[in-house]
Amino acid sequence: MLEWLIPAASTSADEIDWLFAVIFYTVGVWFVVAQGIFFGLIFKFRRRPGVRSLYVAGETKDEKRWISWPHYAVIACDVVLIAGAIAVWRDVKQVIPPPDETIRVIAQQWAWTFVHPGPDRQLDTPDDVVTVNELHVRNGTTYEFELTSQDVVHSFSIPVFRLKQDAVPGRMIKGWFRPTKTGTFDIACAEMCGLGHALMPAALHIESAEEHAAWLGEHTAVAAAAAGSRS
Amino acid sequence: MSMPAPAHGAAVAHAPESFWSRYVFSTDHKVIGLQYMFTGMAMALIGGFMAYVFRMQLAFPGQSVPLYGLVTAREYNALITNHGSIMIFWVSMPVLIAGLGNFLIPLMIGCDDMVFPRLNRLSYQIFFVSVVIILISLVVPGGGFGGAWTAYPPLSASAHYNHTPWGAPLWLLAVALEFVAFLLGGINFTVTVMNARAPGMTAMRIPIVVWMIVIASLVFMGSVGPLIAGAVMLFLDQTVGTQFFDPKAGGDPLLWQHLFWFFGHPEVYVVLLPATGVVAEVLTVFARKKLFAYKTILGTAIATGIISFFVWAHHQFVAGIDPRMAHLFTITTLLISIPVAEMLFAFIATLYGGSIEFATPMLWALAFIAEFLIGGVTGIFLGANATDIYLHDTYFVVAHFHYTFFPIAIIGTFAAITYWFPKMFGRRMSETLGKIHFWGTVIPFNLIFIPLFLTGVAGQHRRIYSYENFPQLSTPWLNHLAVIATVALIVMLAFQVVFLVNFFWSMRHGEEVGANPWNANTLEWAAPSPPPHGNFVTMPAVYRGPYEYGVPDRDLDYWPQHVPNQEELPRA
Amino acid sequence: MSHAADVRAHVPIATGRSATGIPTARLAVWWVLASEIVIFGGLIGSYVMLRLHHPHWAEEASHTNTVAGAFNTFVLLTSSLAAVLAHQAAEARNGPRAARFLGLTILGGLVFLMVKSFEWSNEIAHGFTIFRDVFWSYYYVTCGLHGLHVIVGMVIMGIVAADARRGRNLHRVELIGIYWHFVDAVWIFLFPLFYIAK
Repeated sequence: MLEWLIPAASTSADEIDWLFAVIFYTVGVWFVVAQGIFFGLIFKFRRRPGVRSLYVAGETKDEKRWISWPHYAVIACDVVLIAGAIAVWRDVKQVIPPPDETIRVIAQQWAWTFVHPGPDRQLDTPDDVVTVNELHVRNGTTYEFELTSQDVVHSFSIPVFRLKQDAVPGRMIKGWFRPTKTGTFDIACAEMCGLGHALMPAALHIESAEEHAAWLGEHTAVAAAAAGSRS
Repeated sequence: MSMPAPAHGAAVAHAPESFWSRYVFSTDHKVIGLQYMFTGMAMALIGGFMAYVFRMQLAFPGQSVPLYGLVTAREYNALITNHGSIMIFWVSMPVLIAGLGNFLIPLMIGCDDMVFPRLNRLSYQIFFVSVVIILISLVVPGGGFGGAWTAYPPLSASAHYNHTPWGAPLWLLAVALEFVAFLLGGINFTVTVMNARAPGMTAMRIPIVVWMIVIASLVFMGSVGPLIAGAVMLFLDQTVGTQFFDPKAGGDPLLWQHLFWFFGHPEVYVVLLPATGVVAEVLTVFARKKLFAYKTILGTAIATGIISFFVWAHHQFVAGIDPRMAHLFTITTLLISIPVAEMLFAFIATLYGGSIEFATPMLWALAFIAEFLIGGVTGIFLGANATDIYLHDTYFVVAHFHYTFFPIAIIGTFAAITYWFPKMFGRRMSETLGKIHFWGTVIPFNLIFIPLFLTGVAGQHRRIYSYENFPQLSTPWLNHLAVIATVALIVMLAFQVVFLVNFFWSMRHGEEVGANPWNANTLEWAAPSPPPHGNFVTMPAVYRGPYEYGVPDRDLDYWPQHVPNQEELPRA
Repeated sequence: MSHAADVRAHVPIATGRSATGIPTARLAVWWVLASEIVIFGGLIGSYVMLRLHHPHWAEEASHTNTVAGAFNTFVLLTSSLAAVLAHQAAEARNGPRAARFLGLTILGGLVFLMVKSFEWSNEIAHGFTIFRDVFWSYYYVTCGLHGLHVIVGMVIMGIVAADARRGRNLHRVELIGIYWHFVDAVWIFLFPLFYIAK
C-alpha cells in the first residue's frame, strides 16, 4: 500500500511494504474498534435527567475481564507484529547476501561522494568511477555499500529503496540493496547535519544493464586517463 | 513526629504583604505552581510562533513570512531545534509536572505546603535562569543552536561544524539547568507525597494524578543522570575542546545518542503520566463514576515507567548499532504498548455506566483519549524495527509524536486548567468560550498532522529547510499537503486567542464559585477557592478513596474523601 | 512537636509530618543520592564501555599514580569513620564532640584534595592533560566531578559542624554523614577503574 504514495524499487522495499501493510491492518482494526466502543459509550451514557451513574469499581475478576481480554489480545497482536518485524529486519538489515558489486558512499558537509567499481566490478582499481551527488546502479544487481562520514553524522536515505542508514564518522557501516525498477529517484540526507542539511540531494539512476554499461564506458575512459596521468 | 498537626495551626494565613514577597519570591506551593504554569504558557506562545514561522517556510518556501521575514536555512534549523526543546523542556515539563505537581500535591494529599518550600522556590529560580539562557541563546552572534533537539555530536560538539559558537553551549547549559531544577522539584514531590500525607491518606487512597506525578518524577530522576553526565562531557567538548564525542581523537559519537535516548524516551512517559492522571481525575468527576480498576491503572503506570528504561535504542535502529540489538528493542518497545493500552482501556471502561456531562474539561479529557490512541497505534510502525528503517526521521515520526505530545502537553494541560481554574482563582471560566476554543483547537490539530503522516509515508524527511532541490519529493500534491498543514496551524494558533481572553477575563470577571463547584471528591475541593496561604481552614483527614461517585444508597452521588462515614454532607 | 500558640502565624505542617515513619530530611538525602548515583553511573558506565573498546587506554592508565590513589582511598575511608563517630556523638546529644569529629572529616577531605592537586599538577606537567586522550578526559572529568562533591561536602559539613557546636540541628550530622559515605563509595569505584586496572 505504500506504493500508492511512493514507488518501491528494491527487494527490501517490497518486504518493508508488506510489513507496513500488516501493521496497518492490525492496528487499523484496533483503532476502529477502540474508537467505536469509546464513542459508543460516550453517546450511550451521556447525562440524562434522573439517571444516576452506576457504581462499578472494576476490581472483581468479572468486571476486570473487560480490560483483561483486550489486554491479552494486544499481547497476541504484539507477538505477531514482533515476529514479522524480526523476520523482515533480518532480511533487510542483518544478513547481507553475497554481493555482485560493492560501492563506496562517503558523506560530508554537504555532499555525497560515490565510488563505483567500474566495468571490472572491483573497487580500488584504476577503472573506478567517482561521482558527486549522483549514483548509478544496474537494475537487478545485488550491491553492498560501505558507508562512511568525513565529519558529522549524516544519514544515507533512499526512499524508493526504503533504505536508511546513518553515516557515523569513525565507522564504516555496511548495507545492501538490490534494485528492481529502472528510473531516476531522490537520495537525501536524513540526519540533521548543519546549515546545508537540505542541500544534500543526490540523484539515484537505476539503469538497465546496457544503459549502465554505456554510462560506465563514458566515464571509465576519463577515470582511467586521470589515473594514468597521476601515475 | 507522625502526629497530625493541630487544626488551628493553619486556620488564618499570615499572608505576606509586598508584591515581591507574595508573587515573586514566595515559598507558597500554589504561587510556585502558577509561576511554573505562566512561564510555561509564555514559552508555549514562543514555541507556537516558531512553529508558525517554519511551517510557513515549508508551505511557501523562500517567501517572506508575515511578522518574521525571510527564513534562512540557519534560522530554520534554529527554529525547529528550539521549537522542540522549548515545547518539551520549557512547556510540557513545567506545566504538567512542576506546575500541576506544585499546585496539586499539597492540596490533594491534604497538607499546607511542600516539605521543602525553600527548595521549591530555588527549583523555580533555577528554572527561570534556564528560561533566560535559552531565550538569550536565540539572539547571540551566530544565532540559536540548530543541531536538532537531539543535539547529536560531532555536529553539536564543535562550532566548526554547527557554526553556532554561542548558541550551542548556551542551549546545552539551559537544558542542563532545567534538569537540575526538575531534579530538585522531583525530590521535593516524592518526599512530600511519602511523608506529608493527611491522616488516613493511605497509598491506595492517593488520587491517581498525584501518583502519576510521583512516578513521573522518579522516572525522570532515574533517567536524567546519564544525560547530565553526557551534558558535562558535551559542554567540555564545545567550550574547552576535549574530544569525548569526536571519533578523530578516539571519542564515540554514538555514546551521546545512547545517553540522550536513555533519558529521551523515558522523558516521553515523564510527561505522559501526569497528563493521564489529569484525565483520570476529570473523567471520574464528569462521568460521576468510580475509576475503573484503580490498582490496575497504577500498576500499568509503574510498568510503563519501568519498561520505558529499556526501549531507548528504538530511536537508533538505523544509527549504526548492532543489528541484532534492534530485535531486543523492538520487543521491549512493542511490550510497552501493553500497559499503555491497558490504561486507556481502563479509562474507556470508566465511562461505562456513567452520567457523562460534556463540560469543557471533560471534552478535553475525552479528546485526549481519542487523539492519544492515534499516537499510540502509529507508534507501532516506528517501534517495529523493519518499518522504522523507512519511516525514521520522516514526517511520519513528526506526526506520530505530535499525536502523543499534543494530547499530553496541550490537550492534557487544557483539561487541567479548565478543571482546576475555579480552585486556582475562585472563579469559573466561560463554558461557551471554552467550547469554541476546544473545537477550534482539536479540529485544526488533526488537519495539521494527518497530512504530515501522508507526506512522511511519501518519503519526506523532517528537518529539511526546503524541498525545492528534491524533484521526486516535492510533487504538487505533497506541497498541497504542506499548505493544508500550515493553514490549519495558523487557524489553531488563532483560536488560542479565545483561550487567552477566556483565561484572563475569567480570572477577574468569571462567576465566583464555592469550594467545590464540580461536586468532586478529592481533597483540594475541601479547601476554599482560591485556597489561602496554608490551604485548609481545618486540616482534613481522609476516610475513603478518591473516586467514590455514584455510591448506591446515598442521596448524593459523590462522597468526598474528608467527610467522616457517619456524617452526611451539608446540603448545598 | 511544639507549635506556636499564635494562630495568626502560619505554622508549617507538611515539614512536621512523617507518614512513612522515616524522617523527611533523611528521605530527601536518600533521593538526592539516588539521583547522584545515576549521574555517576552514566559517567562510569560510559567510561567502562569505551575502555572495553580501546585497549590502548590500559597503557594510558599506567601513568596514573597508584600509590597516591591508594593513599587517598585510605584517607577517605578514615574520614568516613570520623563521620560515623560524629553521628554517634550527635545521637548522644554531644554537639561539641560531634563538631570535633566533623572537623576531622573535613581535614580528611582537605588531605584528599591536596594529594589530588599534587597528582594532577604532576600529570599535567608531564603532558598528561585533559586533551591528550579520551582516557585522560574521562580521568579529569570523573575525578573532577568527584572532587567537586568532596568540596561541596566539606563546605556543608563546616556549616553543620558550626551549628552542632552550639547544639543546634544535630540531626543534620547524620545527613551529611550519609552524603559523605556516598562520596567515599564513589571513590571506591573510581580508584580501581582509573588507578588499578592497567
